[in-house]
Order: sequence, then structure tokens, then C-alpha cells
Amino acid sequence: MTITVVPPAPSTLEGYNFAYLDEATKRMIRRALLKAVAIPGHQIPFGAREMPLPYGWGTGGIQVTASILGPTDTLKVIDQGADDTTNAISIRRFFTRVAGVATTEHTAEATVVQTRHRIPERTLREDQIIVYQVPQPEPLFRLEPRRMETKRLHALADYGLMHVRLYEDIARLGHIAKAYDYPVMVNRRYLMSPSPIPAFDNPKMHRMPALQLFGAGREKRIYAIPPYTEVRSLDFEDHPFRPIRAPHACALCGSRDTYLDEVITDDAGGRLFVCSDTDFCAERQADSAKEAAE
Amino acid sequence: MYVAVKGGERAISAAHAWLDETRRGDPAVPELTVAQIEQQMGLAVDRVMAEGSCHDRFLAALAIKQAKGDLIEAAFLLRAYRTTLPRFGASEPLETTAMRLRRRISATYKDLPGGQVLGPTFDYTHRLLDFALAAEGSECPAAPEAASPVADVPRVTELLAREGLMQREATSEAEPGDLTRQPLTFPAERPVRLQNLARGDEGFLLALGYSTQRGYGNAHPFVGEIRVGHIAVEFTPPELGFPIELGEIGITECQMVNQFKGSRTEPAQFTRGYGLVFGHGERRAMSMALVDRGLRARELDEDITAPAQDEEFVLYHSDNIEATGFVEHLKLPHYVDFQSELENLRTIRRTAEQARQEAAE
Repeated sequence: MTITVVPPAPSTLEGYNFAYLDEATKRMIRRALLKAVAIPGHQIPFGAREMPLPYGWGTGGIQVTASILGPTDTLKVIDQGADDTTNAISIRRFFTRVAGVATTEHTAEATVVQTRHRIPERTLREDQIIVYQVPQPEPLFRLEPRRMETKRLHALADYGLMHVRLYEDIARLGHIAKAYDYPVMVNRRYLMSPSPIPAFDNPKMHRMPALQLFGAGREKRIYAIPPYTEVRSLDFEDHPFRPIRAPHACALCGSRDTYLDEVITDDAGGRLFVCSDTDFCAERQADSAKEAAE
Repeated sequence: MYVAVKGGERAISAAHAWLDETRRGDPAVPELTVAQIEQQMGLAVDRVMAEGSCHDRFLAALAIKQAKGDLIEAAFLLRAYRTTLPRFGASEPLETTAMRLRRRISATYKDLPGGQVLGPTFDYTHRLLDFALAAEGSECPAAPEAASPVADVPRVTELLAREGLMQREATSEAEPGDLTRQPLTFPAERPVRLQNLARGDEGFLLALGYSTQRGYGNAHPFVGEIRVGHIAVEFTPPELGFPIELGEIGITECQMVNQFKGSRTEPAQFTRGYGLVFGHGERRAMSMALVDRGLRARELDEDITAPAQDEEFVLYHSDNIEATGFVEHLKLPHYVDFQSELENLRTIRRTAEQARQEAAE
């Protein structure tokens, strides 16, 4: 047996390995990732490290990204769909500093997209990977806080608790009242938290051409959805899943089918709605400006 | 027309510059040195080493300076640094009877082999503000010295164990689990539980330990012994095959003696709650020992009725680096989810209003 030793790529921050994590840690995380890809939607415990950013601020996503990033990758980091939110800036700066990789704000140019709370509006491709930051990987945690018990429920695929919870919403309010972190069934086997993306984004996960990786640093779990995997939002025949978005058009690009942020403009009830995906919105604005010029 | 907020990058840089400025405070006041913090804020250094899970007084003092005295922030800095360090292996087990003691007390015996040594303690001080300390430059006279205590200071719990009154701990040669490498899984073994508690938040451990004294968990503790001092750490490099001394660390050990009614398989006897922490941290070591005993409920076949006996509850919430990160992440933008909730709530209210109107018609 021959072992090829690949010298680690040079880092830009003195005293630290490329992409911050040491190679042994990256290997441990990649093993967890491989296992996660092999069992879609199943949570794999991993030895999450303490990162120089706080738990709950994307340490899981950062560790996954650090483990898959190569020197030729182009990274995009978004928070709430936008590249210029402070935490997205902070994480992008972190990778520029410790890995020196190229970064972009354009979804189409990225090979790796790390995200918090959104899936980009532009459909991702096979040669792209999306890394989700996950605060709470256990979809059942509000119904059963004990991991010893939820582990058993997953093993038995016993998801009655969640169905009852959704049914209770319908009985009380007339429809399912979960607006984000809406639970999904992956590959008809595991109930999975899509991370706190709005339910609007759930359908994008279904048969997505890109590999989807999920990292929860504080809870020390990794999970994954391989390309083109079936991902169904839980619902009932007579109460089908219903993505929620504000029923308006984007004030900047006019889009009527993207997810919108509500912006308060005064204290007299004035408000407007703009795309949450800033890159998508800017591209649409540029396109229509070009059309107008022609 | 509203445009999305830009300039986050500049704002972050400016905020950090301002942070540096406030850290320094009034430039007319001399700057604190790391050595001053290390020497004169010793208990803060000890706490940061314990919660930062890294025994290095200089780095802990530096972290306290950088964190402007926020000890959880300082522990976080230290932890983030320690994860980048290579691991050579596990040390030999510490033999705490061989400690160089500064303090050793027992609450269960009036006198005992090795004696009671008060050491540098706040106990029995009257908590009156000492305004003389406000005047700088006053000389501190050296404390009077007595002959050092006898070399052999046996453990109180061992004295009880010889009589069969104290349950013996199971011995194991297995290398204990390491939370900094493997994730916590349940049920958790005692070495892993102890590691978790040793670096847990002092306030959390204190409150939980306190709760066991107030009826939440059936604790009847006595302080068998507290010892504070220094101990040599030995390591056996595989290429040498014999242990070499790496240096000395400061530790505090607490052994709590607890009643145990006995079970079908075991006669009535005392059981141990164990605490061991970096530096001089009696409050932490005692709280840890109380919680350790609480968490033994499962193995001792006791009813699990209180928070301090609930393994998942205690071990998942003891870490203040995890806790502070997740609590404070609520500061991050959540407007995407909030927007979804807004639309949801509007729909629910609309539906209810329609139903009300239909009922009225």
C-alpha cells in the first residue's frame, strides 16, 4: 500500500494551517461528511473544534467549509440572503485571512456557498456545494429535548410527534403555522431540519443538483443531502405544504417570485419590500437596465 | 428610495478600533501589564484557565487583558487558542497525595494525619472594604511561616475506604474520553462527565450544586477534604518508555462524602462526589463535586428527579463558551425568519377575523 502525502497548501496567516483547521481535523470532518452523504438526512456526531468565532455564529458551517475548501475554490458567504450582512462579512474575512481563497458575491461564480437562513434564488449547479450553518440539527428538539430519546425515534423512523404537532396547528389555526425551519423528510427516511431557512426555500432543496452540507458546531453534528435527492416538506393530503412569502413585488427589481424582506421606512406604517437575495436582485436590476438601454 | 445597508466592512473595522481604545481606557492611567494581572488577579487567571481548559497563567492573563476583564470572553480566547495546539498524548495520572500543599482542610474530622492547613483563604475574613488598599505603594509585610506540613497527607476518603465505609471507585487503565476531540454522547461515562464539569461555567455549577443542597436531588454532603496546591505533571514519551516531569500545575481537589442508603447489590456506605480544577478554585471544585455526585444517580440506582441529576440537562448546558455563543447569536440578523413569522401571523389573524365575521353574520 502506498500513501501519498499531499503537502498542505500554504496559508496566508502565519502560524496557522490552510483554512485554519489542521489536516487531521479536516480528515475527521471529511469522514463525517462522507458518512453523512451516504445516509442522507441522518445526523452524524463529529468532534467539532472550538473555533475563533463564537458558537452559534456559524462555527459548524465554517468547519465544514474549511474541510472542503481548496486553494482554487471561490467562496460566497451569505447571511439572510445578503453578502453584506455583518456576520457574512466576518466569515468571508476569516477565510480570506486563513485560506486566501477567492471570494465572490455572485452565486454563479462560487464553487462553495456558505449560508445562514437562506438558499440563493438562482438554481445551484452540480459543480457547486452549499454549506448551511445549523443552530439546532435535531428537528424534534422542541417536542423531545433528550438526545437519547430522539436518537431512538430516528432509528425507528417514528415521527408521529411531528405529525401530531403539525396537525394541532391545523386544528387550532386552520393551517400549519411553521414559517421557518420547516421539517423535511429526506430520501423518504430521515426527518431533517433544513436549518432556519424560511419555508419558502424548502422546495429548492428537492432534487437540487448541488451537494448540500449542514454543519452544527455547538451541537457537534453534520448531515448532508446528496445531489438530486428527494426532499419533501411534511404535510397532509388535505393540507399541502404552502411556501410563505410576503405577497408583494420587490421595490428594487420588481420580482414577484422571490423571497422578500420587509423594510420599515417611517413610523407611520410605511414599508416596502425588497429581495432578500441581494445578488439576485442586483442582477435583475442590471438586466432590466440593459434592456431599457437597448 | 431605501437602499440595502452597505458599508458593513468599514463599520466592523471602526467598531474594533473603538474597542481597542476603550480597552486602554484613560491614557493618563498607566497601562496594566500581563504580569500584574497574572500576579494580582490570580483567581481570575485561575478561573480563565479552568474554563478555558488550558493551564497557562501567562496566556490566561493576556486573555483577561484582551477581554477587558470579561472572564468568559477570556476563557473563549484561550480555548480558541488551545484547539490549534498539537496534542502529544495523555499525562500520567496525577497522584494528589503527593501534592505540594498550600491548603488542606477537612470538615469531617477535627484532626487527622497531615493536619488542617488553612492556607491563603478568604474564609474567616470579615468582608469589610479595606480602604488602605486604595492607597497604592503600601508595603505588604511577609506572612509568618511555620514548618511545612508532614510529607505524607493521606486522603480522608481513603481512610474511610479502608474501613469499608466509603465506596471504592472502579479502577480502569483505559484512556479516558476527551470532549475536545469527540462529541458528547449519552449515557456519558464518568471521566467524560468530570471533564465537562471541570471546564464548566462556575456560576452554573454553583447554582446546580446549591440546588442539590436545597432538596432538588437527594444530597447529604460533607466536605471530606479540600486540598489546594501544586503537583508535578509527568508524561511518558513512547521513545523513552519512562515518565519525565513536564512541570508543575496548580490545582484544587475536593472530595465530598455523601450518604448512600445502599441498594440490592451494595450495602449502605458513603459515596464520593469528586471535583478537581485548575488553579485555586474551591467554590468551583466543591460545586463540581456536588454535581458529580448528583449525576451518579443513574449508576447508584437512585430516582432521577432533579436538574442536577439529569445528565443531558447538566452536561449540555454547563459550557459557558457554547452557552454564551448561542445566547448572544440572537444579536445576529434574523429578519428572514422574522419576515416569515410576520406573514404567518398576519394570515392567522386574517383567518380568525374572517371566521369571527362569518359567525356574526
